[in-house]
Amino acid sequence: MADTRRPLSPHLQIYKWQVQMVTSILHRATGIALSVGTLLVLWGVFSLASGEDSYNRFKACIGSPVGMVLLLGWTWSLFYHLCNGIRHLFQDGGMGYAIPQFVRSSWLSIVGSIVLTLVVWAYVLSSGGAA
Amino acid sequence: MSANGQQHDVRSQLRNPLKRARGLGSAHSGVGHWWTQRVTAAALVFLALWFVVTVLGALHADYATARSIVARPWNAVLLVAFVLTVCWHAVLGLQIVIEDYVHTRWKEVALLVLVKFIAVLGTLATLMAVLHVALGA
Repeated sequence: MADTRRPLSPHLQIYKWQVQMVTSILHRATGIALSVGTLLVLWGVFSLASGEDSYNRFKACIGSPVGMVLLLGWTWSLFYHLCNGIRHLFQDGGMGYAIPQFVRSSWLSIVGSIVLTLVVWAYVLSSGGAA
Repeated sequence: MSANGQQHDVRSQLRNPLKRARGLGSAHSGVGHWWTQRVTAAALVFLALWFVVTVLGALHADYATARSIVARPWNAVLLVAFVLTVCWHAVLGLQIVIEDYVHTRWKEVALLVLVKFIAVLGTLATLMAVLHVALGA
């Protein structure tokens, strides 16, 4: 284990919450969620390959209330990680590091991901559910 | 070391010039991880949007329709490319998370290897399933 006599960085709870910190934490959290969600894609393709019964079972699962809530979560995770990922690519190009720009682009990632999620789910619900 | 008698930084005197020339740094892999993460991210911007649009187009599809959507050549290619790139990007991202938060060495290594195994198996399984559907076996 680590030598605890050395100075440690302050713990998370002493910081005043800022949007830049939220976007950073959410990027990791949604990345982990999406890694797990990839298994759903695998399951879907597998159910297609293994026959009509297993495909219908897959559809019933993702169309159930629990399935829809999970899909909603994964939709937002995907759009958030996408928006904030594009933001990070611009930052990797050296752009947007002034504090006002940094804060503005943080909000843009959050608001953009929510808008995209709403658009997709408005379409899904208006056409009668997920499956 | 400093044969010409110039004043050098102490560190550059102790460092083998070959190490600088290779540019691989203390991690022995240079910027490979960082760069691959960016390249897969850029590819995923397009692949993820294609995936969302395709899935929305397949809403309420019955079995035969869903199969025919996946079996279309471009869809089959892009679906495999999407899952391959997602798994690659996920391995690189999860690696950083694991290295940051798992401080017991054997657990860290075990998790890193486990994530890689799952990603490779997931990619191969998707490839097989898509081929199965696309080639109508």
